[in-house]
Amino acid sequence: MIANMKYLRGLIAGDRQADRVVPPSGFTAQLTLFAAAAMAFLAVFALALSLAAGRLADRWGDELARSATLRIVAPLDQRQAQTDAALRILETTKGVASARALTDADQQALLEPWFGPDLALDTLPVPRLIEVIENDEGMDAAGLRLRLAAEVPGAVLDDHSRWRKPLIDAAGRLRMLGWISTLLIAAAVAAMITLAAQAALAANAQVIAVLRLVGATDDYIAQAFIRRFTLRALSGAAVGTGVGLIAMVLMPDASDAPGFLTELGYQGVHWIFPLLIPVLAGAVAFAATGTAARRTLRELA
Amino acid sequence: MIELENVAYSYGGGELLSDISLKLAPGSFHFLTGPSGAGKTTLMKLCYGALLPTAGHVRLFGADVRGLDRDDIAQIRRRVGVVHQDVKFLDHLGVSENVWLPLTVSGRHAEAANGDLDELLSWVGLTNRADALPPELSGGERQRAALARAVIMSPDVVLADEPTGNIDWEMSQRLLRLLIELNKMGKTVLIATHDLSLIRATKAHVQARVLRIANRRVQLAGADL
Repeated sequence: MIANMKYLRGLIAGDRQADRVVPPSGFTAQLTLFAAAAMAFLAVFALALSLAAGRLADRWGDELARSATLRIVAPLDQRQAQTDAALRILETTKGVASARALTDADQQALLEPWFGPDLALDTLPVPRLIEVIENDEGMDAAGLRLRLAAEVPGAVLDDHSRWRKPLIDAAGRLRMLGWISTLLIAAAVAAMITLAAQAALAANAQVIAVLRLVGATDDYIAQAFIRRFTLRALSGAAVGTGVGLIAMVLMPDASDAPGFLTELGYQGVHWIFPLLIPVLAGAVAFAATGTAARRTLRELA
Repeated sequence: MIELENVAYSYGGGELLSDISLKLAPGSFHFLTGPSGAGKTTLMKLCYGALLPTAGHVRLFGADVRGLDRDDIAQIRRRVGVVHQDVKFLDHLGVSENVWLPLTVSGRHAEAANGDLDELLSWVGLTNRADALPPELSGGERQRAALARAVIMSPDVVLADEPTGNIDWEMSQRLLRLLIELNKMGKTVLIATHDLSLIRATKAHVQARVLRIANRRVQLAGADL
């Protein structure tokens, strides 16, 4: 037990010692820290963009795909009759979970943002809207149109696919851009760490020569650099991520007005993703420094 | 220990060394002499795997250097203590840390904590310089610190390239006595020097062979020294 403790102490002391064989480098260390922090900060937003776009695409796809709108365009005196006829048809249509005609009050609320609260809706030939919710099977839109054409001449069925598709496409593209940005940031971190590590290795060529002379293996020398740059990337990215997350939290809350901006944040489980950024930066630095160190060491005597 | 068989080395512009056969037996004491630029340092480097021969075979502890990878070379360096002509240290670490550096890099750092290091430092007369940084040391102190670093792993072979190159006579005598003492402890010693009086002074104490590089070859020098 005592021997074990002694060994452990020696091991820790040895590790600390191994870190010391490479001289500390103040200025470049700060630069590496700063670059890692800046990249992590950007990554927080790129990631938020990807996740938000993904959520948006899912929501639009999900909600809109399961609903359709039936518009009854008819003279005011026939509007109620045609609406009732349409509702009857919908009740017997396969795949329709529920159908509900919007009331005047509903429609007034919908139009209010455009025409103001003082609109006298009953004097205008505003079409009656019927909200159709589909069940999981989905309905046959073409068949329904045929039946409606025969019995309710004023009915126009809109299954939303016309304007839903480009929106979902756009959201999907946005999500892809977000992920590409995240990947580019990771690649930039790798490039930056590689450059910094290579500069450090070149600056310490004499130290490396001394270490080789006294019998240090390449792995031992590489470890000293790898540990250093991994820690720098990790701590820099942690700071950047922290600042980025604070910025996210402080972003003006506009939850009353549903829109794209309110979605640009992390929700629920997604808060885990930005916390992975420092770990990822550390992993990238670990791999990049390892590759650079081994390549440089092979070229030195 | 170290065996060279028909070894040649060229830096590209003609051969510097050619057809050299040499065997350093355990416990032997050799001097390597010759004019400046004759290839003493090159021969030393061949002996610890820093250079690969362009022809012939170098065998270190029975293994052909051509078959060794970089980790094998590192392992061999732990069995060969080298004192360089221009000694290099890690300038940001103190003398004592530099001296136990071979232990540190071979994962035996814990051993540096015991009394051996103090003993070694007093043996080379650097006890009160233990915390000094290498740039603060005089030429003689650097050479002695280098010797201490070269022997801390208790190597089988000590190679010293002009260990007395830039120090005064008295100091070089002291350094030489340390090397003779090591040889008496059973270490194989090879010293490259062009200082013939140093060789003469040594011969009074120990059975030393003198190798001379001339015309790109190594010859065993006669009794004329």
